[in-house]
Amino acid sequence: MKGQGQFAAWIVGLAALIVLPFVYRDPYHLHILVLVLIWSFAYTSWSMMGRFGLVSLGHGGFMGIGAYVTALLWNHVGLSPWIGIPISMVAAGALALIVGYPCFRFRITGHYFVLVTLALSGIVLQVITATRDWTGGSLGYTPNRASSNKWLALQFDDKTTWYLIALGIWLAGIVIWHWVDRSMSRYALEAISEDEDAAAAAGVDVTAEKLKITLISALMTALAGAIYCQYQMFITPDTVSGISVSLQMVFAAIVGGLYVSLGPTIGAIITILLAETLRIGFGTKAVGWDNLVYGLLLVLFIIFLPKGILGSVLDRLKPQRKVSPSS
Amino acid sequence: MQGFLDIFDIYLLEAVINGILLGGVLALLALGLNLIFGVIDVTWICYAELVMIGMYAMYFMVQYYGISYFIAAPLTVLLVAALGALLHYLVIAPLLSAPPINQLLATGGVLFVLQSFATVAFGIDFRNLGIRLPVLAFGDMNFSYARLLSFLAALVGMVVVYLFMTRTFTGTAIRAISQDRQIMALMGVDTKRIYIITSALGGALAGLAACLLVLQYDVHPFVGLSFGPITFLICVLGGLGNFIGGFIAAFVFAEIISLGGLFSDLEWGYVLAFAFFIVMMFIRPAGLLARRS
Repeated sequence: MKGQGQFAAWIVGLAALIVLPFVYRDPYHLHILVLVLIWSFAYTSWSMMGRFGLVSLGHGGFMGIGAYVTALLWNHVGLSPWIGIPISMVAAGALALIVGYPCFRFRITGHYFVLVTLALSGIVLQVITATRDWTGGSLGYTPNRASSNKWLALQFDDKTTWYLIALGIWLAGIVIWHWVDRSMSRYALEAISEDEDAAAAAGVDVTAEKLKITLISALMTALAGAIYCQYQMFITPDTVSGISVSLQMVFAAIVGGLYVSLGPTIGAIITILLAETLRIGFGTKAVGWDNLVYGLLLVLFIIFLPKGILGSVLDRLKPQRKVSPSS
Repeated sequence: MQGFLDIFDIYLLEAVINGILLGGVLALLALGLNLIFGVIDVTWICYAELVMIGMYAMYFMVQYYGISYFIAAPLTVLLVAALGALLHYLVIAPLLSAPPINQLLATGGVLFVLQSFATVAFGIDFRNLGIRLPVLAFGDMNFSYARLLSFLAALVGMVVVYLFMTRTFTGTAIRAISQDRQIMALMGVDTKRIYIITSALGGALAGLAACLLVLQYDVHPFVGLSFGPITFLICVLGGLGNFIGGFIAAFVFAEIISLGGLFSDLEWGYVLAFAFFIVMMFIRPAGLLARRS
């Protein structure tokens, strides 16, 4: 399906994105771009599971673990984020396996799966709040500023470096998305999302396939949390974990389009631009308005455009292409 | 040593009884959610936010317009019932044939809308009714009168719902639909009407819970998050749509939170409850009362 032209378009687009911060240096716009890229990566990692009907509200928990474990290891143990981030990813992955294995083994699906994962992000949020002696509780947490070696501490002051890091991670997310899209697992998982028993009868190892995609998704989400923490240098339980962050991921992925690789990215662009526009337009009066618009859009999108903006546009452009299975 | 044990036991007993009292309100919340799930097969993620709107309604009626609590309460119940019916009509009805996950996520959008509506309209201040009910001293133990009242009102509410479901024609139709959605339409039951009635009933239960919770807690736009997740977990633990299971699970959860809070911070009570839930999901995935197949 992938034509030469599409490949060339990717290369040109990427080159333009890499050159951008060297030509255009407005710090505010770069800041927005970095946020868009980091959140796009998080939303992409959620959609890895979401597109196969594995709707998880536990990703707020994975993101919180990524952010807090990295920051805690740096502040209390003095472990560089270069080691801390892999450790936090392993922690999130282990949690995903511990919760995921019984879930998939006992065929917990649909509403039940959503609510079990909801409990997971609830637990992470409450643990972060309860251990306030170490994590600062709901007041938030700041990684210590590195005095000497910026590289070792993964703390940079200029936006250009962060932009390039975020771009690289975002690109990795898209590549992983395509890698899964082309793999046999994709067909197995699509079969599972249609009918688990039939898929199992056809020789698909349901539990293993689901665990694989959950693990990948959780690792990526933890990385997104850690990078977000390193970039912002300030995290609170509510911005990186909990149910609202999970719902935010679901919302952005659905608005952009679950079934196309750039869908979550479009979702991130729309949601962040919306929030920023409202914030600048209304100032402090905007508190609440952005979520009001988010919520309304989410409801309208699910009712009228379940494939999301990009998904629907692509469907219009290619009417002959086989439509993805039930939204 | 003996003295220490005595004090300890009294605190323990107090926590156990407070847990039972908390369980009453949780059971009421779980009943409403279970009703909607059992009949319409939809999970309202925004259920606790309906309660929050009800609490604001109580606050404004009682504090702002000076209406008596006992007149404001039925009005609030009616208001939230109307909201529930409206939610079904506007959001759930167009999605009835969509995958269940979409319905769940759409009500997640409603959660955002209600929360931010409250933020925009009422601000983020904590408000309370200004009614301070006396504390009931029983031996060396202290119980809040508000909790006792809530517990009793919740029990009465549940009995009324039970009678409605078993003694009236509409109630029978609701129970029949929860058993078989397709056939009942063929039997001449107007499913659309039953769905609206069920949603209104679920809303009314949320309204009643709001009237009771506003006596104990301050209301703010995010108050729903403090008991919403617990309510879902209770319903799942009891088996979604299983009224008796939900009732038992509500008390189990309330005891865990209350006792966990006794030994450590309240958050650890919640952590314990969440962890208990996840463990139980693996032991009994279909709910406390389900037989394993």
